[in-house]
Amino acid sequence: MIASLSLILLCQLIGEVFVRGLGLPMPGPVVGLLLLLLLLSARDRFGVLARGPLHHDGVENASRGLLAHLSLLFVPAGVGVVQKLDLIAAHGIAITAVLAISVVVTLLVTVTTFLVASRLLARGRNAP
Amino acid sequence: MSENPFSLWVYLSQSPLLWLTVTLLIYAVADAVSLATQRHPLANPVLHSMWIIGAFLLLTGTSYTTYFGGAQFVHFLLGPATVALAVPLYENRKVVAAAILPMLAALVMGSVTAIVSVVLLAEAAGLPRAVVLSLAPKSVTAGVAMGISESLLADPSLTAVAVVLTGIMGAIIVTPLMNRAGITDFRARGFAVGIAAHGIGTARAFQVDAIAGVFAGVAMSLNALVTSLLVPLAVTLMMR
Repeated sequence: MIASLSLILLCQLIGEVFVRGLGLPMPGPVVGLLLLLLLLSARDRFGVLARGPLHHDGVENASRGLLAHLSLLFVPAGVGVVQKLDLIAAHGIAITAVLAISVVVTLLVTVTTFLVASRLLARGRNAP
Repeated sequence: MSENPFSLWVYLSQSPLLWLTVTLLIYAVADAVSLATQRHPLANPVLHSMWIIGAFLLLTGTSYTTYFGGAQFVHFLLGPATVALAVPLYENRKVVAAAILPMLAALVMGSVTAIVSVVLLAEAAGLPRAVVLSLAPKSVTAGVAMGISESLLADPSLTAVAVVLTGIMGAIIVTPLMNRAGITDFRARGFAVGIAAHGIGTARAFQVDAIAGVFAGVAMSLNALVTSLLVPLAVTLMMR
């Protein structure tokens, strides 16, 4: 458990160092994600890596534990709304409406693009 | 027993212990209620935890800074949780690899739509410029969005609130919207909610369908990558 959590933190740490060091405009944890993905895939090729947290579902179980309550992790940031009450009083309705419309439009555009693209590809593959 | 119960409160209200406990306890109750209602969209645990804790802070006159002293331990886990998304991605790599092209198309369209729609709508609604800038990265996960907001010299704490509100609205609306639109491809449904509503949408997707959850997680991490590149560009193009 401790070793698995350490591995996850280590991936994030390397990601942050990489991003900050090179001045890249991307988030460190995303680089950490790619790194962990690479490690998990490398383990299947090279048996020598299958030890410690990369053995017996160690890092897998720790990750599942973290992701099981993903929405809890957003609560502290959300409570920050108490600092913004004057702004909410002035523009709350407009902000909520803007965010709501934007989220619906984004959902519809994304799902339509996904479906259209996968249908076009399927048709391309079936064509003689 | 302390001589004065008030001095005990003064001590506790300044300690991380109380606010960490409050955060976990209220979330646990909100989550139990959500489970008891068969995960009804309106019983969203983040939404209800947020207003209950918020009201509690206002009633006790506690500042957000004091609250965050305890809650930061939960907030910190957003980073490791993003790294942990590698695991569902790895376990479903074959399904994901088979859908790589539709995913990339949907990623680009969805990311651009999320940013452009919110900036245009906010400008049309006459919101102040600082607010418009703070809303722009609202579709990516909190830590990343706050970083983008900071680099735009906007207000990261307002961005965090916009991110959470967006996530809650996306999580509430996605299931009825997709059902009404007759969309049964859970890869597409999950991917859309991951793009539009990041981690809160992803948490919702995992509740509805395992494959939807995986695609939401992939979408959320890819979107974090793309949005951090696109927002500065879009803001420069659209607001100057």
